Amino acid sequence: MRQAVRHHLFWPVVALVALVVANTVARPSFLAVSFADGHLFGAPVDILRAAAPLLLIALGMTLVIATRGIDLSVGAVVAVSGAVALEYISTSANPESPGTVFAAVAIALVLSLVLGLWNGFLVTVLGIQPIIATLILMTAGRGVAMLITGGFITTVNSAPYKGLNSGYLLGLPAAVWISVAIFALVAVAVRRTALGMLLEATGINPAASRLAGVRSRTITWTVYTACGLLAGLAGILVSADTMAADANNAGIFVELDAILAVVIGGTALSGGKFNLSGTFVGVLVIATLDRTVTVLGISPHVTPLFMALVVVVVTLLQSPRVRERFAVAALRRRTGTATPVVVPDDGAAAPVPVPADAAPSSSDENLPDEKEVVR
Amino acid sequence: MTATTAGTVARRAPSFRLDRRYLPVAGTFVVLALMLVIGGTRHENFLTPTVFSNLFINNAHLIALAVGMTFVILTGGIDLSVGSVLALSTVIIASLLQAGLPTGVVLVVAVLAGALIGLAHGVMIQGFGVQPFVATLAGMFFARGLCFVIAPESISIGDASFKAIAGWDSWIGYFRVTMAVVIALVVAGIAFVVLHYTRFGRTVYAVGGGEQSALLMGLPVARTKVLVYVVSGTCAALGGVLFAMFSSSGYALSGVAMELDAIAAVVIGGTLLTGGTGFVLGSVLGVLTLGAIQTIIQFEGNLSSWWTKIVIGVLLLVFVVLQRVLTLRKT
Repeated sequence: MRQAVRHHLFWPVVALVALVVANTVARPSFLAVSFADGHLFGAPVDILRAAAPLLLIALGMTLVIATRGIDLSVGAVVAVSGAVALEYISTSANPESPGTVFAAVAIALVLSLVLGLWNGFLVTVLGIQPIIATLILMTAGRGVAMLITGGFITTVNSAPYKGLNSGYLLGLPAAVWISVAIFALVAVAVRRTALGMLLEATGINPAASRLAGVRSRTITWTVYTACGLLAGLAGILVSADTMAADANNAGIFVELDAILAVVIGGTALSGGKFNLSGTFVGVLVIATLDRTVTVLGISPHVTPLFMALVVVVVTLLQSPRVRERFAVAALRRRTGTATPVVVPDDGAAAPVPVPADAAPSSSDENLPDEKEVVR
Repeated sequence: MTATTAGTVARRAPSFRLDRRYLPVAGTFVVLALMLVIGGTRHENFLTPTVFSNLFINNAHLIALAVGMTFVILTGGIDLSVGSVLALSTVIIASLLQAGLPTGVVLVVAVLAGALIGLAHGVMIQGFGVQPFVATLAGMFFARGLCFVIAPESISIGDASFKAIAGWDSWIGYFRVTMAVVIALVVAGIAFVVLHYTRFGRTVYAVGGGEQSALLMGLPVARTKVLVYVVSGTCAALGGVLFAMFSSSGYALSGVAMELDAIAAVVIGGTLLTGGTGFVLGSVLGVLTLGAIQTIIQFEGNLSSWWTKIVIGVLLLVFVVLQRVLTLRKT
């Protein structure tokens, strides 16, 4: 039990289960999935589909945060990518042909890649703080998206493009397949190769990893580029859902949702250790939360209040100081005597007795602490 | 600082040298002057007292936000909640005035609400070790949600005494000054005095310059870090008061993304986001620069409003790179 509580996925999963339970109580058919016309229908499928763009963005965000960075521009990239793709389709001669859609997607992705490269350039070559470097694109990006759409909300009709989000494959919406496949692909690339370790090394100590021969600069640059690309893909999914390029509102606040998903998933904003599975759960928590508000019949405007509540509870539970206090309390219960001599080194030493069966990343609560001391 | 050595004195009279600390602020000043000159050459009725007064009148609330944000950024933190707290403040004012409470009480309640949210941020950040970004993000959601709980619709303010305060204006020469501008400038003035002439202000700079060193020097780091968020929350709520005066209504959706404007103004004003370097008057100049960009684009007429965002982005880039070059040369 204690190990389960210590596991990094414990609190995010508890939050998710609590939300699902609340929903099921309010609407008993919440978890029901029906099968009709070869498609799956039901709230869980809807949640997965709605979560698809956020999943892609949060994936990129996790990698960026692992290198001690942050990318505030993803929302703007979503807007730009959607605007470019739809604008291309609407001006093309044949909006319905798959060739046009393919070209539109390719152009949007290349542009997002360039925007990601730009962020990476500012962060690595010019050495600008990530938060401010990406703030530039966050501010200017929406202006650029407006420029592309000419200030109008471009709407198009194109069946193949719409199919990118709401087309069905083996019973599930295409958006779910795309996002989950890419998530799995990146997870394998990061965790089955040395890339993940190099990322964490860069995030934990850029100078030391550089001295150890890690190409921190290249890695950081790559990560920002990947984040831009993933945001661009998310932009395509978003615009394929609405079929309208709204430069002002497409992907608005998505950067905050993505950062929240990463934080709820247990990756510290201070960089270093990251876990993608946590991010996955975090995205589901946020998507379910959005849904919960409608199921419970609360005005959607109050969603932020719930968001705030969840963020506060989860971050407080994950805060090193609260965990330390839990650990101390547990130790007291175990030994029966509250000897203050044991207490000081307990916070750092607690995971040590069970290193063999503890999950590899479950001892990472101590890392942010150490770094704070170094700074 | 190094000008005391004989060599430098002989080479150049020290009185002509600008302290490197003031370079970014001087840069902001030059850009603002340049903006005004560009506007002035393109439009003959641009360089008028009216335009200049409106620069202050339209941006009084942003000055208050930027002043509070400067405190937080000087300690190396960030406050994303200011836009929402501004909206909350306007909603509280409008709804309480509608309920018939006296203006004085209403204003105090609104400002206290902001201070309380700031205190909550400070406790989360300092007491529980939550990242400033995340803590104030939660505060941003909280305040925005609370706005909608109190009043989902826009409420116009009809209270006579509030309108009398908001409507007060005076002419200094050819320049029109409203109550909101006076309050904003007083806030900026108080912040200037606090930052440069009090123990608290010097501790703010010390914490931003190096938290460990400040701690080892025996400075009250924890108290200071909590207090800067209280200052920021209070300033944001004051910004809400000014915004309510300006728009004479309270609306839950006012001030969306205004935190970005505030951060941009602070950065353009020469404050380093890493903390420890910057001036509150620079932030005021930053706000005026943003205002000048907007005014020029309005004057151009044929330029669409989205150019504002692009120009602000480019300006941010220029300043950040400039700062980077300056800090590189220093080390």
